[in-house]
Amino acid sequence: MSKQAKPPKPDELAKSIDYKPPKTNWMETPVEFKPGTYCYGARPKYLEAVEMPNPREWSPADEDWKLPENWKEIVLEGMQDRLGKYRSYKLFMDICVRCGACADKCHFFIGSGDPKNMPVLRAELMRSVYRKYFTTGGKFFGKAAGARELTEDVIKEWWYYYYQCTECRRCSVFCPYGIDTAEITIMGRELTNLLGLQTDWIGGPVANCYHKGNHLGLEPHTIQSNIEMMCDDIEEITGIRIEPTFNRKGAEILFVTPSGDLFGLPGVYTCMGYLMLFHELGLDYTWSTYASEGGNFGFFTSNEMAKKLHYKIYAEAKRLGVKWILGGECGHMWRLVHQYLNTWWGPPDFLEVPKSPITGTVFEHAKSTKMVHVAEFTADLIRHGKIKLDPSRNDHLKVTFHDSCNTSRGMGIFEEPRYVLKHVVNHFYEMPENTIREKTFCCGSGSGLNAGENMELRMRGGFPRANAVRYVNEKYGVNMLANICAIDRAALTTLMQYWVPEVDVCGLHELVGNALVMTGEKKRTMDLRLEPLPGVEEEEEEE
Amino acid sequence: MPTFTRTMGLRGLLKENRERILNNWFEAIINTYPEETVKFLKNTKDKFHNPVGQTIKEGIEGILNELIGEGETDKITPFLDRIIRVRAIQDFTPSEAVAFIFKLKEIVRAELNSQALQNEELRWFDNKIDELALKTFDIYMSCREKIYELRATELRNWTYKLLERANLLAEGEDNFKIK
Ligand code: SF4
Ligand code: SF4
Repeated sequence: MSKQAKPPKPDELAKSIDYKPPKTNWMETPVEFKPGTYCYGARPKYLEAVEMPNPREWSPADEDWKLPENWKEIVLEGMQDRLGKYRSYKLFMDICVRCGACADKCHFFIGSGDPKNMPVLRAELMRSVYRKYFTTGGKFFGKAAGARELTEDVIKEWWYYYYQCTECRRCSVFCPYGIDTAEITIMGRELTNLLGLQTDWIGGPVANCYHKGNHLGLEPHTIQSNIEMMCDDIEEITGIRIEPTFNRKGAEILFVTPSGDLFGLPGVYTCMGYLMLFHELGLDYTWSTYASEGGNFGFFTSNEMAKKLHYKIYAEAKRLGVKWILGGECGHMWRLVHQYLNTWWGPPDFLEVPKSPITGTVFEHAKSTKMVHVAEFTADLIRHGKIKLDPSRNDHLKVTFHDSCNTSRGMGIFEEPRYVLKHVVNHFYEMPENTIREKTFCCGSGSGLNAGENMELRMRGGFPRANAVRYVNEKYGVNMLANICAIDRAALTTLMQYWVPEVDVCGLHELVGNALVMTGEKKRTMDLRLEPLPGVEEEEEEE
Repeated sequence: MPTFTRTMGLRGLLKENRERILNNWFEAIINTYPEETVKFLKNTKDKFHNPVGQTIKEGIEGILNELIGEGETDKITPFLDRIIRVRAIQDFTPSEAVAFIFKLKEIVRAELNSQALQNEELRWFDNKIDELALKTFDIYMSCREKIYELRATELRNWTYKLLERANLLAEGEDNFKIK
């Protein structure tokens, strides 16, 4: 039990009635590591597995972080290096006019009330150090110019607050200069990673991905048998046996999805939806047990690590000789495909511009990445009337849609999932306008913050999202929160259980799978969760 | 709790001073947040932009309205829950998280200046607040327990198919379903 959870004594209570936080300048208020707000430090084996520097046993709550002796030099050199390499970083350090437009737009600030979670202050944690060491004004005028010394306390503060930012970019939508605080957080994490200050929750998946291709380090046979188990369930529901292929050379399409869809709840139901849809279409596609992860926790570590882990998707596409890649419902995989891929390697020349073999649509917008989002693919199928749908099978659901930060702000997918939703369910309700689309509120658990030990933090960060869900739950009776991101599927489920337990969570293609009328299927009496479909009588067993 | 029928006195006075009591109470709760945040929590009226401030506001309005009405604890509980659910996961100690309910006692006493009230009524009010305070502890503890439960459930959901495959779910499979 954490310290916070002890019941209060009466005298403590009396004292706290006039509780007022102490008034100190933010620069001089050191961070207090309270249980529930931070992730554990990464075990050395994870860092060693990917040759990251300074692996050691350490805990954020310890006084002594066992920093390498020349830690200050490492950090300042790291800053210098990145200021030269990334123009955006340099710009974002220089141009903020502190207008405050972003200050109250971060879900962590809104949910916690902690001023250092205001994006402008989050960035200021680093800018103050930048000014001190990299600007003339800061060098000479110090504090008067908003500059401060880099100390161990500052490193702790960076670490604390750069792991209280989900890199969601909501703040950047409101900044008149387009300053993206997410990028400052990304730099903050890169720099602290030079000192071996990775979190365990990110370090583990990174190490596993690097060696086995997915977050949990599942071996090929495990992946294959998990998917086959889903096919058993599909057979029970529809009477149809699906035989997907794995690592098949010469397939037209490689399908890649986050591994959460392969073994986690409620992701597996989304995965069943994909399997059913592709089977019904007779799609010439293959799964890969090596490119078995769309997610990429390298992105939450450093640019280099993201690049390293992302490579396997395209390497596998090349090895198998497919024409193009179809991607599942994932968040940050799409941000990397959309915003990073071409900077890293340029357009892959061994793939073709994706073309739907069913409708003939050429996905021109994916010309340079060769990768199409499954929501786009399905929306196109529906637009051309290529699949038969019975939305009434989802009639017991009143659905709302959460725009994932990465697919909305990171690549502008707004309409396709909504278009699909409106064809697979009869009851769809939007959340309030300032909480969706490009202004969507983050789930509070993105960018590798979906660990267990920081649950209070996640509940704070997710509160603005949950609050909007509660509104549509009370107003329209919404009981299902659909989304197109694997972290959302897991994290929003937890979030709902705390804030709005009446609402469940699902992926878009779970609803597609429910509504999809398959050739030769038996009468559906169950949904993809193997729960009875309301209003449908079980077919009488023949005696 | 022994039942006590209130005269119009207390109820009438609470009603008459409703706005002022609410304002003072709201102010007192919001002032437990860092100085830089107070303005935002107080002045941002959009409840989707400022869910903490608005949840507290709606919560205390609900509580006071019920006290002006029948004062049934069961009807007050959902409003307490809304406020505590927020404070239970913020940077507060347990006592700081629940102290807001005692603040009402203080504010009402100062506001009503007690002279217009019979002792009996004041005693009823004090007892009521104490009873609600006990409720707030219970709710606080249940929120904290929920946090621990969520950690465990999420971990199981995360690897559900693997557990299922390993036949670890041979019995009581339903326990592991999301709902
Ligand atoms: S909105 Fe932009 S310029 Fe204004 S304070 Fe925020 S980051 Fe700085
Ligand atoms: S990127 Fe998102 S989490 Fe980070 S400061 Fe901006 S709004 Fe907050």
